[in-house]
Amino acid sequence: MRIGVVTFPGSLDDRDAQRAVRLAGGEPVALWHGSHDLDGVEAIILPGGFSYGDYLRAGAIASLSPIMTEVVDAANKGMPVLGICNGFQMLAEARLIPGAHTRNAHQQFIRRDQRLRVENAATDWTTGFTQGQEITIPLKNADGRFIADDETIKRIEGEGQVAFRYVGVNPNGSFDDIAGVSNERGNVVGLMPHPEHATEPGFGPDTPAAMSSGVDGLTFFTSVIQKALVK
Amino acid sequence: MPTIVVEVMPKAELLDPQGKAVTGALSRMGRQGYHEVRIGKRFELTVDHVDDAVLAEVKELADDVFSNSVIEDVVSITVLDNTVSA
Repeated sequence: MRIGVVTFPGSLDDRDAQRAVRLAGGEPVALWHGSHDLDGVEAIILPGGFSYGDYLRAGAIASLSPIMTEVVDAANKGMPVLGICNGFQMLAEARLIPGAHTRNAHQQFIRRDQRLRVENAATDWTTGFTQGQEITIPLKNADGRFIADDETIKRIEGEGQVAFRYVGVNPNGSFDDIAGVSNERGNVVGLMPHPEHATEPGFGPDTPAAMSSGVDGLTFFTSVIQKALVK
Repeated sequence: MPTIVVEVMPKAELLDPQGKAVTGALSRMGRQGYHEVRIGKRFELTVDHVDDAVLAEVKELADDVFSNSVIEDVVSITVLDNTVSA
Protein backbone atom coordinates (compact mmCIF):
# COMPACT_ATOMS: atom_id res chain seq x y z
CA MET A 1 0.00 0.00 0.00
CA ARG A 2 1.34 3.42 -0.97
CA ILE A 3 0.91 5.86 1.93
CA GLY A 4 1.72 9.54 1.41
CA VAL A 5 3.40 11.62 4.12
CA VAL A 6 3.07 15.36 3.54
CA THR A 7 6.05 17.56 4.40
CA PHE A 8 5.22 21.15 5.38
CA PRO A 9 7.69 23.95 6.24
CA GLY A 10 8.46 23.10 9.86
CA SER A 11 7.42 19.45 9.79
CA LEU A 12 9.66 17.41 12.10
CA ASP A 13 8.34 13.87 12.12
CA ASP A 14 7.73 13.30 8.42
CA ARG A 15 10.74 10.98 8.09
CA ASP A 16 9.76 9.02 11.20
CA ALA A 17 6.24 8.62 9.79
CA GLN A 18 7.71 7.35 6.50
CA ARG A 19 9.86 4.92 8.46
CA ALA A 20 6.82 3.71 10.43
CA VAL A 21 4.96 3.04 7.17
CA ARG A 22 7.94 1.01 5.90
CA LEU A 23 8.19 -0.96 9.17
CA ALA A 24 4.49 -1.78 8.89
CA GLY A 25 5.01 -3.18 5.40
CA GLY A 26 3.75 -0.21 3.39
CA GLU A 27 5.44 1.96 0.80
CA PRO A 28 5.94 5.54 2.04
CA VAL A 29 5.54 8.31 -0.53
CA ALA A 30 6.89 11.79 0.22
CA LEU A 31 4.33 14.49 -0.65
CA TRP A 32 5.00 18.24 -0.73
CA HIS A 33 2.78 20.96 0.79
CA GLY A 34 3.12 23.29 -2.19
CA SER A 35 1.95 20.75 -4.75
CA HIS A 36 -1.56 19.70 -5.78
CA ASP A 37 -0.34 16.17 -6.58
CA LEU A 38 -1.21 13.24 -4.29
CA ASP A 39 0.87 10.93 -6.53
CA GLY A 40 -1.78 8.21 -6.51
CA VAL A 41 -1.43 7.34 -2.81
CA GLU A 42 -4.11 5.29 -1.06
CA ALA A 43 -3.76 6.90 2.39
CA ILE A 44 -2.25 10.12 3.76
CA ILE A 45 -0.39 11.06 6.94
CA LEU A 46 -0.09 14.65 8.13
CA PRO A 47 2.98 14.47 10.40
CA GLY A 48 3.97 16.24 13.57
CA GLY A 49 6.15 19.30 13.91
CA PHE A 50 5.71 23.04 14.12
CA SER A 51 4.61 24.03 10.64
CA TYR A 52 5.04 27.75 10.04
CA GLY A 53 6.33 28.06 13.60
CA ASP A 54 2.77 27.66 14.93
CA TYR A 55 2.16 31.23 13.66
CA LEU A 56 -1.47 32.43 13.63
CA ARG A 57 -2.68 29.17 15.29
CA ALA A 58 -1.00 25.77 15.38
CA GLY A 59 -1.65 24.05 12.05
CA ALA A 60 -3.68 26.97 10.67
CA ILE A 61 -1.37 28.15 7.89
CA ALA A 62 -0.48 24.59 6.85
CA SER A 63 -4.19 23.79 6.61
CA LEU A 64 -4.40 26.44 3.86
CA SER A 65 -1.58 24.82 1.82
CA PRO A 66 -2.18 23.91 -1.84
CA ILE A 67 -2.03 20.15 -1.15
CA MET A 68 -4.67 20.44 1.57
CA THR A 69 -7.31 21.09 -1.12
CA GLU A 70 -6.58 17.58 -2.43
CA VAL A 71 -6.27 16.08 1.08
CA VAL A 72 -9.70 17.46 2.09
CA ASP A 73 -11.23 16.25 -1.17
CA ALA A 74 -9.73 12.75 -0.80
CA ALA A 75 -10.72 12.56 2.87
CA ASN A 76 -14.31 13.47 2.02
CA LYS A 77 -14.31 10.67 -0.56
CA GLY A 78 -13.20 8.17 2.09
CA MET A 79 -9.41 8.00 1.80
CA PRO A 80 -7.78 7.17 5.16
CA VAL A 81 -6.06 10.24 6.62
CA LEU A 82 -4.08 10.26 9.88
CA GLY A 83 -3.09 13.54 11.55
CA ILE A 84 -0.44 13.28 14.24
CA CYS A 85 0.10 16.18 16.67
CA ASN A 86 0.60 19.16 14.32
CA GLY A 87 -1.26 17.06 11.74
CA PHE A 88 -4.15 16.70 14.22
CA GLN A 89 -4.19 20.49 14.56
CA MET A 90 -4.28 20.82 10.75
CA LEU A 91 -7.24 18.41 10.52
CA ALA A 92 -9.12 20.54 13.05
CA GLU A 93 -8.22 23.78 11.24
CA ALA A 94 -9.33 22.22 7.94
CA ARG A 95 -12.62 21.22 9.66
CA LEU A 96 -12.11 17.56 8.71
CA ILE A 97 -12.62 16.70 12.37
CA PRO A 98 -14.54 18.57 15.08
CA GLY A 99 -12.99 20.76 17.79
CA ALA A 100 -9.83 22.83 18.05
CA HIS A 101 -6.59 23.04 20.02
CA THR A 102 -5.26 25.64 22.41
CA ARG A 103 -2.12 26.01 24.49
CA ASN A 104 -1.68 23.30 27.15
CA ALA A 105 -3.59 24.32 30.27
CA HIS A 106 -0.34 24.39 32.30
CA GLN A 107 1.34 26.53 29.60
CA GLN A 108 4.37 24.28 29.25
CA PHE A 109 5.63 22.04 26.50
CA ILE A 110 5.31 18.44 27.63
CA ARG A 111 7.03 15.25 26.54
CA ARG A 112 6.19 11.93 28.15
CA ASP A 113 5.38 8.31 27.33
CA GLN A 114 1.60 8.51 27.50
CA ARG A 115 -0.92 5.81 28.27
CA LEU A 116 -4.04 5.89 26.09
CA ARG A 117 -7.22 3.88 25.86
CA VAL A 118 -8.48 2.93 22.40
CA GLU A 119 -12.09 4.12 22.52
CA ASN A 120 -12.95 3.23 18.94
CA ALA A 121 -11.27 0.22 17.35
CA ALA A 122 -13.37 0.53 14.20
CA THR A 123 -11.70 3.50 12.48
CA ASP A 124 -9.46 2.91 9.45
CA TRP A 125 -6.38 3.43 11.65
CA THR A 126 -7.40 1.41 14.73
CA THR A 127 -8.88 -1.90 13.54
CA GLY A 128 -5.79 -3.79 14.75
CA PHE A 129 -6.53 -2.76 18.34
CA THR A 130 -9.23 -4.20 20.55
CA GLN A 131 -11.93 -1.91 21.93
CA GLY A 132 -10.76 -0.51 25.27
CA GLN A 133 -7.14 -1.67 24.79
CA GLU A 134 -4.55 0.41 26.64
CA ILE A 135 -1.45 1.42 24.74
CA THR A 136 1.59 3.61 25.46
CA ILE A 137 3.10 5.95 22.88
CA PRO A 138 5.13 9.17 23.21
CA LEU A 139 3.43 12.55 23.56
CA LYS A 140 5.19 15.88 22.95
CA ASN A 141 3.31 19.09 22.38
CA ALA A 142 2.71 22.69 23.41
CA ASP A 143 -0.73 23.32 21.91
CA GLY A 144 -2.33 20.00 22.71
CA ARG A 145 -5.43 20.96 24.63
CA PHE A 146 -8.37 19.58 22.64
CA ILE A 147 -11.51 21.64 23.12
CA ALA A 148 -14.97 21.91 21.61
CA ASP A 149 -18.32 23.31 22.70
CA ASP A 150 -20.57 21.18 24.96
CA GLU A 151 -22.88 20.20 22.12
CA THR A 152 -19.98 18.96 19.97
CA ILE A 153 -18.42 17.03 22.85
CA LYS A 154 -21.78 15.38 23.53
CA ARG A 155 -22.17 14.50 19.86
CA ILE A 156 -18.69 13.02 19.33
CA GLU A 157 -18.89 11.07 22.60
CA GLY A 158 -22.26 9.70 21.52
CA GLU A 159 -21.23 8.88 17.95
CA GLY A 160 -18.02 7.06 18.91
CA GLN A 161 -15.85 9.77 17.36
CA VAL A 162 -13.60 9.88 20.42
CA ALA A 163 -10.92 7.48 19.19
CA PHE A 164 -8.42 7.77 22.06
CA ARG A 165 -8.53 8.96 25.64
CA TYR A 166 -5.66 9.79 28.01
CA VAL A 167 -5.31 7.30 30.86
CA GLY A 168 -3.72 8.06 34.23
CA VAL A 169 -2.75 11.65 33.48
CA ASN A 170 -4.47 14.29 31.37
CA PRO A 171 -1.26 15.91 30.11
CA ASN A 172 -2.66 19.11 28.60
CA GLY A 173 -6.14 19.82 29.94
CA SER A 174 -8.01 18.34 26.97
CA PHE A 175 -11.78 18.18 27.47
CA ASP A 176 -13.01 14.74 28.61
CA ASP A 177 -9.37 13.49 28.50
CA ILE A 178 -9.74 13.29 24.72
CA ALA A 179 -6.44 12.39 23.03
CA GLY A 180 -7.73 11.65 19.53
CA VAL A 181 -10.90 11.95 17.45
CA SER A 182 -12.19 10.76 14.12
CA ASN A 183 -14.64 12.07 11.55
CA GLU A 184 -18.11 10.50 11.32
CA ARG A 185 -17.02 8.02 8.67
CA GLY A 186 -13.96 6.87 10.63
CA ASN A 187 -11.47 7.31 7.78
CA VAL A 188 -9.98 10.53 9.19
CA VAL A 189 -8.28 10.21 12.58
CA GLY A 190 -6.27 12.81 14.48
CA LEU A 191 -4.42 12.43 17.76
CA MET A 192 -1.91 14.38 19.81
CA PRO A 193 0.50 11.55 20.80
CA HIS A 194 2.94 10.09 18.27
CA PRO A 195 2.40 6.47 17.13
CA GLU A 196 5.30 6.75 14.65
CA HIS A 197 7.74 7.03 17.57
CA ALA A 198 6.70 3.62 18.94
CA THR A 199 7.19 1.32 15.97
CA GLU A 200 10.63 -0.26 16.38
CA PRO A 201 12.07 -2.21 19.34
CA GLY A 202 14.89 -0.22 20.93
CA PHE A 203 13.41 3.17 20.00
CA GLY A 204 9.99 3.16 21.66
CA PRO A 205 8.64 3.74 25.19
CA ASP A 206 9.80 1.51 28.03
CA THR A 207 7.65 -1.53 28.76
CA PRO A 208 7.67 -3.93 31.73
CA ALA A 209 9.49 -6.38 29.43
CA ALA A 210 12.41 -4.21 28.36
CA MET A 211 13.65 -0.66 28.03
CA SER A 212 12.52 1.22 24.87
CA SER A 213 10.77 -1.87 23.56
CA GLY A 214 7.28 -0.39 23.09
CA VAL A 215 5.87 -0.73 19.58
CA ASP A 216 2.18 0.01 20.23
CA GLY A 217 2.24 2.67 17.52
CA LEU A 218 2.91 0.17 14.74
CA THR A 219 -0.71 -1.03 14.88
CA PHE A 220 -1.95 2.32 13.48
CA PHE A 221 -0.06 1.67 10.27
CA THR A 222 -0.67 -2.09 10.03
CA SER A 223 -4.41 -1.41 10.61
CA VAL A 224 -4.76 0.84 7.57
CA ILE A 225 -2.70 -1.52 5.41
CA GLN A 226 -4.68 -4.57 6.54
CA LYS A 227 -7.97 -2.80 5.89
CA ALA A 228 -6.87 -1.94 2.35
CA LEU A 229 -5.97 -5.59 1.70
CA VAL A 230 -9.38 -6.78 2.88
CA LYS A 231 -11.22 -4.37 0.52
CA MET B 1 -3.03 53.80 1.97
CA PRO B 2 -5.82 52.88 4.37
CA THR B 3 -5.41 50.17 6.99
CA ILE B 4 -8.12 47.77 8.04
CA VAL B 5 -7.79 46.52 11.61
CA VAL B 6 -9.22 43.15 12.63
CA GLU B 7 -9.27 42.25 16.31
CA VAL B 8 -9.69 38.68 17.51
CA MET B 9 -10.15 37.51 21.10
CA PRO B 10 -10.28 34.07 22.68
CA LYS B 11 -13.89 33.20 23.51
CA ALA B 12 -14.91 34.64 26.87
CA GLU B 13 -15.87 31.28 28.34
CA LEU B 14 -12.52 29.69 27.50
CA LEU B 15 -9.43 29.63 29.65
CA ASP B 16 -6.85 32.07 28.25
CA PRO B 17 -3.61 30.62 29.65
CA GLN B 18 -1.49 33.51 28.33
CA GLY B 19 -3.70 36.08 29.98
CA LYS B 20 -3.80 34.05 33.18
CA ALA B 21 0.03 33.97 33.28
CA VAL B 22 0.18 37.75 32.86
CA THR B 23 -2.49 38.25 35.53
CA GLY B 24 -0.31 36.19 37.87
CA ALA B 25 2.76 38.25 37.00
CA LEU B 26 0.98 41.55 37.75
CA SER B 27 -0.09 40.20 41.10
CA ARG B 28 3.46 39.08 41.90
CA MET B 29 4.69 42.59 40.96
CA GLY B 30 2.41 43.92 43.67
CA ARG B 31 0.09 45.65 41.18
CA GLN B 32 -3.34 45.58 42.75
CA GLY B 33 -6.78 45.59 41.18
CA TYR B 34 -6.14 43.74 37.93
CA HIS B 35 -8.65 40.91 38.22
CA GLU B 36 -8.17 39.51 34.76
CA VAL B 37 -5.98 40.04 31.71
CA ARG B 38 -7.05 38.52 28.41
CA ILE B 39 -4.77 38.51 25.38
CA GLY B 40 -6.06 38.71 21.84
CA LYS B 41 -4.73 39.38 18.37
CA ARG B 42 -4.75 42.47 16.18
CA PHE B 43 -4.32 42.20 12.40
CA GLU B 44 -3.47 45.33 10.39
CA LEU B 45 -4.19 45.00 6.69
CA THR B 46 -2.83 47.68 4.41
CA VAL B 47 -4.98 47.94 1.30
CA ASP B 48 -5.23 50.12 -1.81
CA HIS B 49 -8.70 51.34 -0.98
CA VAL B 50 -11.71 50.48 1.15
CA ASP B 51 -15.18 49.85 -0.20
CA ASP B 52 -18.05 47.50 0.62
CA ALA B 53 -16.57 44.67 -1.44
CA VAL B 54 -13.19 44.91 0.30
CA LEU B 55 -14.85 45.03 3.72
CA ALA B 56 -17.01 42.03 2.85
CA GLU B 57 -13.91 40.10 1.84
CA VAL B 58 -12.06 41.10 5.01
CA LYS B 59 -15.07 39.96 7.05
CA GLU B 60 -14.88 36.59 5.31
CA LEU B 61 -11.10 36.32 5.89
CA ALA B 62 -11.53 37.36 9.52
CA ASP B 63 -14.02 34.53 10.04
CA ASP B 64 -12.20 31.85 8.03
CA VAL B 65 -8.48 32.62 8.38
CA PHE B 66 -7.65 35.18 11.08
CA SER B 67 -9.85 33.44 13.65
CA ASN B 68 -11.04 29.94 14.46
CA SER B 69 -14.69 30.17 15.48
CA VAL B 70 -14.33 27.16 17.79
CA ILE B 71 -12.01 29.07 20.11
CA GLU B 72 -12.08 32.73 19.07
CA ASP B 73 -14.40 35.62 18.24
CA VAL B 74 -13.82 38.44 15.78
CA VAL B 75 -14.60 41.40 18.03
CA SER B 76 -14.09 44.28 15.60
CA ILE B 77 -13.23 45.29 12.07
CA THR B 78 -12.35 48.96 11.74
CA VAL B 79 -10.77 51.19 9.13
CA LEU B 80 -7.91 53.50 10.05
CA ASP B 81 -7.77 56.57 7.86
CA ASN B 82 -4.07 57.27 7.32
CA THR B 83 -4.59 60.00 4.76
CA VAL B 84 -4.62 62.83 7.30
CA SER B 85 -1.74 61.58 9.44
CA ALA B 86 1.26 63.87 9.63
